[in-house]
Amino acid sequence: MFELRSIDIDLGQQGQADGSAVITHGLTHVLVSVFGPREAKMRSQTMHDRANINVEVSVAAFSTGDRRKRSRGDKRILEFAATIKSTFEPVVQTGLYPRSQIDIFIQVVQQDGGLLQACINGTTLALMSAGIPMLDFVCAVSGGVHSTHPLLDLTTLEENDVPNVTIAVMPKTRKVSLVTMETRLHVDRFEEVFRVATEAAVVIHEEMKAAIMARSRTLIASMKTGSQQPGEMEE
Amino acid sequence: MISFTSFPAAFQQSSYAHTRHHPDTKEDMMDVDDLHNFGLQDSKLTCPGEYLTSSQAFMRGHGTYVDNEEVIASVAGTVERVNKLVTVRGIRSRYNPEVGDLVVGRITEVPSVFPGIETSSGVDLATGTASEMESRRKLETGRCPHAVLRNGQLVVVPPILVRRLKSHFISLPCGVDLILGLNGYIWVSKHVKQNEQEGEEGFDAEAVYSNVNDNIDVSTRTAISRVTNIVRILASHFVPLTDALLLEAYEWTVEHEAEATSTLQEDFGDALVASVTTGQ
Repeated sequence: MFELRSIDIDLGQQGQADGSAVITHGLTHVLVSVFGPREAKMRSQTMHDRANINVEVSVAAFSTGDRRKRSRGDKRILEFAATIKSTFEPVVQTGLYPRSQIDIFIQVVQQDGGLLQACINGTTLALMSAGIPMLDFVCAVSGGVHSTHPLLDLTTLEENDVPNVTIAVMPKTRKVSLVTMETRLHVDRFEEVFRVATEAAVVIHEEMKAAIMARSRTLIASMKTGSQQPGEMEE
Repeated sequence: MISFTSFPAAFQQSSYAHTRHHPDTKEDMMDVDDLHNFGLQDSKLTCPGEYLTSSQAFMRGHGTYVDNEEVIASVAGTVERVNKLVTVRGIRSRYNPEVGDLVVGRITEVPSVFPGIETSSGVDLATGTASEMESRRKLETGRCPHAVLRNGQLVVVPPILVRRLKSHFISLPCGVDLILGLNGYIWVSKHVKQNEQEGEEGFDAEAVYSNVNDNIDVSTRTAISRVTNIVRILASHFVPLTDALLLEAYEWTVEHEAEATSTLQEDFGDALVASVTTGQ
């Protein structure tokens, strides 16, 4: 009855990043790199009791149908980055890394709706592959309403036409760390959309968990093959 | 005819198996809360948000947190249990320093008072020398507190690949020394003669604190870059580094008459790792 677009996850190493992930939701394609926890470049940004999360988003000019170059200081992009930052602040255990900084760099390669959900899901995966402690996954999904019927995982065309909402859920506790709307949605419809989207987030969680576990498994396996050497010292 | 594909052709390298299942079928994850099997299997994998055990019976360690009297994992990795302490060891995480660790690094800042590092050899940690030389040093508590590293190059690998060994100073017979820093920084350099290295009494300050490279002949340079490339290959295949493994890999490359540059080719690296890890 409800359907999500196909999800592809690649947790391969990207350059020097501590953790990275490429995620696609349908045609939306996002690359996230995480650096840190590391010493802050700017002293003023450090906090004595926890780590500072720094999110930078850059949108490729060719990512949309109409080619448009957005500068780094674009107000919409800054707000978008701030949304992601506030989504992750309660989930990442920043208290374990005082006076440090976690940098999250998001590259939007291709967009076809559901950009925020792709960025949040990608960031979750990249943070986990960087080994940064988090309370739980953060799984985001967008939902909308067509006349009276709820929809999930909207494309650009759908996003332009129907009222929509993006939510980010921590699946274990079903706590919600983000609800955002840029359009108006009838209050009577909100509850149903919200409920459907929460269920969808749990489905996305299974996909993300499978990807993380598969990566852990391959890395552990390759570490084992190397440690069967006779010269290996016991710990 | 021109055909267009959607932007990423395919994730061929992806280790992630494409699980297309009905949303109702939950994947069968491991049941870590099965306490009887807890210590028996060596690697139980978990990921953030997974319930591990009850906090009343166990203590939480690194990589876990307690919520609602439940011990829950906060990083993706392997579950370990020591008596009543449950920890999760992340697979790829930043280096966590411990006392006594040997690290390779670069001094970025020298405070006016040098705290925390005391030397047993009586050599003062000359702050003046430290600040005027911005070269790489190694710090080690106890013997030879720090020395300027020279005559070589640095490779960076994930810290988990450097295990705690009896000695982190490896001398390969090809005239190459390696210093495996536990922080994942590895210094590959020309071999230093034993008597130069351990001049406790007649401490040759010139040799230790000099930041000028010696003349290195071509064969040594080739050997250094060959070892460096081997380290890179092993790291890219996520194989932990040991002296035996490095030596075997070096012999393998010499045997196959590979140029130091060609060792970085992908098929060559795969063959190398396959042959050394099977222990042939």
